[in-house]
Amino acid sequence: MVKSGTIILNTAARFLMPLQLMFSVFLLFRGHDEPGGGFIAGLVAAGAFTLYLLAFGVSATKEVLRMVDPRDLIGVGLLLGIVSVVPAWFMGQPFLTAQWWTIPVIDFKASTPLIFDIGVYLSVLGSVIGMVMALMEVDKDEP
Amino acid sequence: MQFAVLMGFVLAALAPLMQRWFADRTSLVLAIFPALIAAWLFAQAPTVINEGPMLMEWQWVPSLGISLTFMLDGLSLLFGLLISVIGTFVLIYAGSYLKGHRDIARFHIALLAFMVSMLGLVLADGLVTLFIFWELTSVTSYLLIGFNHTDMQARKSARQGLFVTFAGGLALMAGLVLLGVSSGEWSLTDIRGMEADLREHALYTPMLICLLLGAFTKSAQFPFHFWLPNAMAAPTPVSAYLHSATMVKAGIYLMARLQPELGGTPLWIGVLSVVGAITLLVGAFLAINHTNIKKLLAYSTIMALGTLTMLLGIGTEYAMTAFVTFLLAHSLYKGALFMVAGILDHETGTKDVTAMGGLRPLMPVTATIALVAALSLAGVPPLLGFIGKELKFEAVLGAGDFQGLLVVFAFVSAILTIAVAAIVALRPFYGKRHETPKVPHEAPLGMLMGPALLSVGSLVFSLAPATFGVDSLLSSAASAVAGEPRDVALSLWYGVNWALIMSVISLGLGLLLFKYWDNVRGKLMLLAPVMRYGPEAGYEGLLNGVVQFSEWQTRVLQNGYMRNYILVMLVVLIILIGNSILLRHSPLLAFDLDVRFHEVIVVGTMVMGALFATVTRSRLGAVVSVGIMGFSIALIFILFSAPDLGITQLLVETLTVILLVLVLFRLPRFSHLSTPLERIRDGSVAAIMGILIFLLIMTAWSIDQFESISTYMVENSAPLAYGRNIVNVILVDYRALDTLGEMFVLALAAIGVIAMLKLRHEPESPKTAVEGSKSDIKEPYDG
Repeated sequence: MVKSGTIILNTAARFLMPLQLMFSVFLLFRGHDEPGGGFIAGLVAAGAFTLYLLAFGVSATKEVLRMVDPRDLIGVGLLLGIVSVVPAWFMGQPFLTAQWWTIPVIDFKASTPLIFDIGVYLSVLGSVIGMVMALMEVDKDEP
Repeated sequence: MQFAVLMGFVLAALAPLMQRWFADRTSLVLAIFPALIAAWLFAQAPTVINEGPMLMEWQWVPSLGISLTFMLDGLSLLFGLLISVIGTFVLIYAGSYLKGHRDIARFHIALLAFMVSMLGLVLADGLVTLFIFWELTSVTSYLLIGFNHTDMQARKSARQGLFVTFAGGLALMAGLVLLGVSSGEWSLTDIRGMEADLREHALYTPMLICLLLGAFTKSAQFPFHFWLPNAMAAPTPVSAYLHSATMVKAGIYLMARLQPELGGTPLWIGVLSVVGAITLLVGAFLAINHTNIKKLLAYSTIMALGTLTMLLGIGTEYAMTAFVTFLLAHSLYKGALFMVAGILDHETGTKDVTAMGGLRPLMPVTATIALVAALSLAGVPPLLGFIGKELKFEAVLGAGDFQGLLVVFAFVSAILTIAVAAIVALRPFYGKRHETPKVPHEAPLGMLMGPALLSVGSLVFSLAPATFGVDSLLSSAASAVAGEPRDVALSLWYGVNWALIMSVISLGLGLLLFKYWDNVRGKLMLLAPVMRYGPEAGYEGLLNGVVQFSEWQTRVLQNGYMRNYILVMLVVLIILIGNSILLRHSPLLAFDLDVRFHEVIVVGTMVMGALFATVTRSRLGAVVSVGIMGFSIALIFILFSAPDLGITQLLVETLTVILLVLVLFRLPRFSHLSTPLERIRDGSVAAIMGILIFLLIMTAWSIDQFESISTYMVENSAPLAYGRNIVNVILVDYRALDTLGEMFVLALAAIGVIAMLKLRHEPESPKTAVEGSKSDIKEPYDG
């Protein structure tokens, strides 16, 4: 189990992971209008890392993640979810009322639901890879 | 005022810091806070008395109609003054009483928090606010009773007080909700004047019963009185403050507050006067059974609380006057007597009155205070207690219902009360000097000040009620309780009447009882075996029953085996769904088979996956075949044009299979496989569940009870939420609060899994972990 995968899996994972991650970001941003969204995108990204984990093991994946601990992703995700609540208060509207702003130059519609969705994305991603990594690390401890 | 109450909580939080700055003087510094509140209340008194209730509005949750509005009328003014003035004395007193105690900071936190909770309770205008402060007083009382947390008895008593008052609190909540629902108003001010509607309302009886349960438990009415004597495990300043002068009167306050709207019905009169009278007699009778000075006083407090309830029940003009007078008189003398008891305990090292004696020459000031306060308790002129008792007798003599019963109960308990007063004031100070564990000497000034001033109050308020504004304060309070203007003019002399005659006779009999107290107590000891079957035994039985029941159901339902949990959950679902679909609705099976070839293939794959999962001996095989079913479901979603669901299902299924595989490697080998009998059981549960779900889906599909909400979503998601993907719009906009909650659930689950996996390994030595896991790992490869 802990033994890393075959050449085919390794090669595929090396190329698929960045593609999957890009695809997940694509899903995240199109989610408000087309199929997609933070939850699905988070799962796709988690799938990308899980594939890499299966192919190369925990320590290699940690190198890819560099300083980022999955548990921190959960925290940042929850924080973004909470932060997206605040703007409505400044506008004198009830809790969680969506706010929309258009960023002029690139004509991009920013909104609190988008911030919220990014929060969902990060917490889903963090939760899943956190659990998978913890499970695989338990295996790694044994010869 | 709301600000002051909230500041009190802040001050409570700062108390430990202040302990560092002011050391032994902290109590004195903190006492400034209630003193300021008292000063403010005094300043408002003329306005309230002359111009009527003051409203201090403060919106809290406007969308739910909940406000933190405070209302100051005569009744809350009387209570507020008692709370703040006695609170000031108690803090000063506690500074000496607990001097050098290691946990004094904790004491200050709880006491201050209690003080402001109690103030909030008597000032609250909103029903919800009132309830919140009510529960806060229960919590702080729990912390204070259990202050000596190393003592098991104290912990037990604290828990008992908490359970009894919280059980009542639940009833109170129901009662307040019923009150709010039936009146349509959620504040006391708005309920004013709705008595005609409320008394006739269909919900009147359940509402009143719930409210009274709350009030009776809090105010230690029979049969819930037993927690109060046990609460004497608290330090004496707490007993003086919470368990005689303030908190236990919260229930009385509530009844008095609601008397204008809910009172006067036969149910109200019957329940209150009879329960009050029984409490009165039980308290007075149990008091003389005890030699512990605090228990004696606690039972006499129960007696006083019974009196107050009874007076509210009688509800005549005399009764209202007697109620407010007795309330004030009792708080003054009982607070003083408890503080005296604390002094005795502190100086002699014992709480047993029979072990004390001849202390007067050693502590003359304490002896004088005790004498004055006890005379007021006994109802001897010219003290305030005398006026209270005269009015009480007048009230029971003028009672409309149960007059004979009430008169007898009041008379007998008056005799017993006089004996109690004599025991407390005479026994420790006069007679032969006894050796005590500590060598007694006069208490420090800090401990004498509070009881001395309270006793002086008992004296001067009755001598010159008009001069000190007592008449006008009590008139204002009585008007609030009666719901119409009342005028109280206290006087020590109402002429020779039945009340006076009863007083004189009871005084004589009481002193006689005091003389032969030791003999009487010896005789009463014979009753001890019978007394064991009181309400407290019922409480213990109930508590043990609950503990045993939860042990049993944990053993049966939550035994730690996953298969057992699943079985239990499925059986419960079968019962619930089966009951609803088969017995209450008839299942509908009207559908026409219009199946395409590819659909048959997908469903066929699912069926094969399911069958393989049940027969395979390999866990890995089972996981994979369950996964096949999941992927087929995703396929169905896509076929029926729900791409979001399909994608989600696909991803979740993939990750679930991976997680399951990772987990399965950790599991040990099967210790045994199911017996044929177990297989039949599991198989039938699974089959019934499957059939039921099938019926449920078919029925739900053919019933069209409500208009589908998706029409609204489709129409509004683009114009309102600027999104065309309805699923996503629902998740992040319409139902964002739910999603936020789910995010937290997911995060908690993940953290739980991570924590359990990481912690698991630390306690074991690495060697055993390796040996244990070798056999674990093998199994999945068998498949």
